[in-house]
Amino acid sequence: MRLAVLALQGDFAEHAEMLHACGAEEIVFVRRAADLEGVDGLVIPGGESTTIAKLTGNTTDPIFDTIIDKAKNGMPVYGTCMGLIFLAREIEGYSQGRLALMNIKVRRNAFGSQKFSREESLSIPELGAESFPLVFIRGPIIISAGADVDVFASVAEGIVMCRQGNLLATAFHPELTEDTRVHAFFINMVKEYLQEKSSKKDSTEVPVTAGRTLATAGRS
Amino acid sequence: MVTETKEAKNSNAKTGTLLVKKALPQMLKSGVIMDVVNAEQAKIAEAAGAVAVMALERVPADIRANGGVARMSDPELIIQIKEAVSIPVMAKARIGHFVEAQILESLGVDCIDESEVLTPADEEFHIDKSKFQIPFVCGARNLGEALRRIGEGAAMMRTKGEAGTGDVVEAVRHARTILGEIRKLTVLPKEELMTYAKNIGAPFEIILQVAETGKLPVVNFAAGGIATPADAALMMQLGVDGVFVGSGIFKSGNPQKRAEAIVKATTFYNDPAVLAEVSRNLGEPMVGRTVQSLSEAETLAKRGW
Repeated sequence: MRLAVLALQGDFAEHAEMLHACGAEEIVFVRRAADLEGVDGLVIPGGESTTIAKLTGNTTDPIFDTIIDKAKNGMPVYGTCMGLIFLAREIEGYSQGRLALMNIKVRRNAFGSQKFSREESLSIPELGAESFPLVFIRGPIIISAGADVDVFASVAEGIVMCRQGNLLATAFHPELTEDTRVHAFFINMVKEYLQEKSSKKDSTEVPVTAGRTLATAGRS
Repeated sequence: MVTETKEAKNSNAKTGTLLVKKALPQMLKSGVIMDVVNAEQAKIAEAAGAVAVMALERVPADIRANGGVARMSDPELIIQIKEAVSIPVMAKARIGHFVEAQILESLGVDCIDESEVLTPADEEFHIDKSKFQIPFVCGARNLGEALRRIGEGAAMMRTKGEAGTGDVVEAVRHARTILGEIRKLTVLPKEELMTYAKNIGAPFEIILQVAETGKLPVVNFAAGGIATPADAALMMQLGVDGVFVGSGIFKSGNPQKRAEAIVKATTFYNDPAVLAEVSRNLGEPMVGRTVQSLSEAETLAKRGW
C-alpha cells in the first residue's frame, strides 16, 4: 500500500507522522502529478485554501486533473480543514479553485478568527465508543451535504466529519492529537479499495466512484 | 465578514490553549507571510498565494529610511486589512509593549509579532505571551534567545535576519546558528545539559525537549532580508518551515509577480528548474542595502534580550 500526502503547503509532515504511527510503511509527499503514480490513497492536509488553489490552478503540471481522475476511479482521498474545502463542490461566498469532488457546501472560517479556534471532544460512533479530540483552527464547517454523503459528526455550527464513498473529510485536525483513529479509518478505506480492485480484475464490476452527481470541477 | 461574537457552544470547548495557539503556525508551514501596509496590498498578497499577511504601518525599508519611533499600526488600518482578506492577519507590537498586544488581540488579529522591527518599549523584559488567547511569533538570532521566547509563551519563532535591507546574510546566519545549535544539543550527554542551559540562558525543561526531539517545539520561519525566490528557497533548504517577506515584495518593481514567484519557490524549494522558471523577468528587485554598510545604531537584530 502506497499512501501519499499533498505537500504543497500546510501541515503535511504531521499527517505523514500519523499515517506512520498507524503502521503505513510507504508514504510519499506529492508536489506534482508524477508523484501520484502508484498511489493508493491521498491525504490533503490543513493549510490555506487560497494558497493551494493558487499552487494547483496556475501551473502547467496536471496535478489538479490527476487527483480528480484518480479519485473518480475510486482512490480514497481524505481532506482535513483546507483539504475539506478543497474537496467541496461549493464554497460559500468564494469561487476559488477546488476539486469539487464532494457533494457538500462549506463555509470558510466558520468559527471566526484565531481567538475562536478551539479544542473539545465529541463522541463519533464510527470511530468507537471513546470520544474523539477535535481541534478546530480557523476551521470551516459543512453547511449542507447531499443525500449521498454520510454525516459522521456535527457540532453546534454544523457538520464536521463526513464520508461520500471513497472520500472522507474532517473540519478538525486529528493529526494534531495523539488519537490515530481517523487515520486508521482512512487506511481501512484504502485497504477496502485495494481488495475491491484486486477482485475486480476477475469481474467487470463498476467501482465505487466519487462525485457522480457533479458536472465539472471548479478550477479557477 | 464572519461574526466575531460567536461563543463556543459545547461545554467542553476550550479556546486559547497552547495546542490551539501552536496549531495556527503549523497550518502556515511551507508558506509565505507577506508584510502589507494597506488593504490593497493585502489583496495582492492573498491573490498571489500568501498564507497570511503581516499588517504594519511602514515596511522595514521605510522605517529604516524615515527614522523616528516605529509603533503598532493604526487599528483602523488593521480592521480594513481584516475585511479585505480571508487569510490570517498578523500584526506587530513593540517588544515589551503588552498594551499594544492587548489592543491587537481585541481587534481579532490571528497572531501577534513581538517585533524588533518596531522601536522597543522595554529594554529588559518581553511580553508575557502565555497570558494571551492568540499566538505570538518572535524573532531570534540563536537558540538561547529562541528558547527564552518560547519559555515566555511564543507559539512560533522566526529568524531576525536584518529587516528592510534586502540582504539575506543575517537570516542565513541566524538560521544556521539556531539549527546548528539544535543539532549539537542532540548529541550532548545528559549531564551536560543543565550547564548548557545556563550558558545559553534557556529554560532547562525546553532544552531537555529539544535535545530529545532534535527540533524546536514550535514552528520556525525565516525572516529579515529575503527579497528573491532564490532567497526563499535558500532558507527552506537550510531547514526552516516557511518564510516572511517584508520590504522585498512591495518595494520591488512588480510586487504581484514577485509575490507569486516567492510563493512557488517556497513550495518547490528543492527544484532548481522551477526556481529558474519563476525567477525569470521579475522586474527590479528592492534596491537593498548591505548589512555590512549599516552602523551599529542602524541594526535592528540586536533589539531583544
